[in-house]
Amino acid sequence: MLIYSKKVAGLAAVTLTFALALTGCGKGSGDNNDSTSSSGSKKASITFIPKNLGNPYFDTSDAGGKKAVEELGGTYAQVGPQEASPDAQAQYIDTEAQKHTSAIVVSANDPQALCDSLKKARDAGTKVVTFDSDTNPECRDLFINQATADGIAKVEVDMIAEQIGDSGEIAILSASANATNKNAWIDLMKKDLAADHPNIKLVETVYGNDDDQTSFDKTAALLQKHPDLKGIISPTTVGIAAAARYLSKSDKKGKVALTGLGTPNQMREYVKDGTVTEFALWNPEDLGYLAAYAADALVKGDIKGDEGDKFKAGKLGDFTVGADHTVLLGDPFKFNKDNIDQFKF
Amino acid sequence: MSRTYASYSRPLWRRLLVSRETAIIALLALVLIWAINGVSYFATQLTMTFLLLDIAPILLIALPMTAIIVTGEIDLSVASVVGLSSAMLGVLVDHGVAVPVAALVCLAVGVACGCLNGFLVAYVGLPSLAVTIGTLALFRGVAVGVLGTKAITSFPARWTDLAKAEVGGTGIPLITLVFAVLAIGFTLMLHYSAFGRGVYDIGLNSEAAVFTGVPVQRTKFALFVLSATVSALAGIYFTLRFSSSRGDNATGLELQVIAAVLLGGVSIFGGRGRLHGVVAGVLLIGVLSSALRLQGVTVNVINIIIGLLLVASVMSTSVLAWVSDVAARRNKRGTSPQLAPVGVGNQER
Repeated sequence: MLIYSKKVAGLAAVTLTFALALTGCGKGSGDNNDSTSSSGSKKASITFIPKNLGNPYFDTSDAGGKKAVEELGGTYAQVGPQEASPDAQAQYIDTEAQKHTSAIVVSANDPQALCDSLKKARDAGTKVVTFDSDTNPECRDLFINQATADGIAKVEVDMIAEQIGDSGEIAILSASANATNKNAWIDLMKKDLAADHPNIKLVETVYGNDDDQTSFDKTAALLQKHPDLKGIISPTTVGIAAAARYLSKSDKKGKVALTGLGTPNQMREYVKDGTVTEFALWNPEDLGYLAAYAADALVKGDIKGDEGDKFKAGKLGDFTVGADHTVLLGDPFKFNKDNIDQFKF
Repeated sequence: MSRTYASYSRPLWRRLLVSRETAIIALLALVLIWAINGVSYFATQLTMTFLLLDIAPILLIALPMTAIIVTGEIDLSVASVVGLSSAMLGVLVDHGVAVPVAALVCLAVGVACGCLNGFLVAYVGLPSLAVTIGTLALFRGVAVGVLGTKAITSFPARWTDLAKAEVGGTGIPLITLVFAVLAIGFTLMLHYSAFGRGVYDIGLNSEAAVFTGVPVQRTKFALFVLSATVSALAGIYFTLRFSSSRGDNATGLELQVIAAVLLGGVSIFGGRGRLHGVVAGVLLIGVLSSALRLQGVTVNVINIIIGLLLVASVMSTSVLAWVSDVAARRNKRGTSPQLAPVGVGNQER
């Protein structure tokens, strides 16, 4: 019957595809195709792998990276997982290793979990640069550090001193009481205040646990408890936004200065209505730009990533690799009403 | 879905040819051919190794999940058991417990999780959808509770190396062999044993199964225990592979598993589906996303493609059933009917 012969043909077709697939597999696994000699003469292909896609912070940093890669005449790509999880990110690193990409620029979702994938990538000849969030130092060639504890502490003290006229009572609204990095910054701020700003008195440090409502309540309590308070430093993006929301609606608006670390998107409204004069963070666009230049220098063999290596990063100027294979972006970046609209993160 | 006498009355080879499983395997073959010939860097040993390492947890959990969905139930708590097992392993190793001992404790925790699910579904008689949504939150909560938001990343290298070990120089990971052994066990259990026939009977008609002597409660209970135990095993593998124990490990994995199982031709209403189809379903999703990633396609587009594939495949079940019914009826009219229904037992469900 007609139907039968059709089905026989179908069966044959399926069998054939299997045979093809199987032989294809066997052959494919053996040879390495043309493992492109990507070093040296060829243009660098640099892929950015942020913690996750659709995150305004990484959109900004990777846009900086793209600009740099284009200036250098290389090929730019951005891939990454939808959610910031290490296992999903590892798959994208693996993929780049398979493609023999010249360099990847990664913001790590976990310091250790990505190491195996990164090692495989480096074995395949891919240079690994981390930025924003580092992995363990032995897992990458270079880390582009956005800011040091010293730099962060200093810029916050400088801003509050400028805004309150270098004298009066201030308080700190931090994240949780056992946040290691925040406590290190606060210790450095205390030293800086004692040494260079004798007229500023730190009256209290409170902890909002990086929770919006808690930070909001703690701000209210601070203002009640210390009627002469002239300024608040909040070295955490959640805290500064909550404090600004409280201040903007209170009669202390404009009378109590608020500064610290924040993101332009969260703080735009409060900078424009005068609650906040100036706050700091790093510039993620510059961070991505620098990371791309560093990756390119590694690919071209201009630097090896060792301490003392020097390279030029386009408009940002010259950089030197520091201890632990780390490059420092520089001082934190200050946002105020004149420049805040240029930033969309 | 009702199956008519006519659909059983065709010869075996034709029923195999027009089945969902065959369609998925053919699709997998097509995608493989495209990837090998059209996607650069796909046809390498490295790609195959990564692919097998990546899909191992899904492959493992898909085995018991298939059996559970065939009974008409579902287990949504599997990814949370993976997370709990991962967190437990981290905490125990952090406190100086040897990895094999810690792994056994994790498996025991898996058994306990499965007992809770199984007891509530099989003996208390609660709907598995509701029960396992609850335990999804419960087990995940415990996982994050025992570990907090930190991650434990220091595991002895010989064990993390073992999780990534390859068999000889073949590029085939050891975990794939573990899966193969389990897959043979599950195939024998589901397709060649009285227990397995009971699983299908429950899915087709739970009441009728009771009257034909199928131990419905015991069967369901056993499947939920198996599911959580295999998930705990996947959690141990997951933790050692990434040397990272986190309470939020493998979040959302349950949906990837269920998607692959349904793509492999298992009916969500129960009573229908075969393991080889499910394995092909997992491989299809794995190969497709790996190849698309190599092509530089972004994650959102990959998700859209896999989502469309799933919708199309679920629709195709109805279309295929209609086609095979029409073909069978026409066949019946034209020639003499093909003897007795061969597939009453375990031939095709």
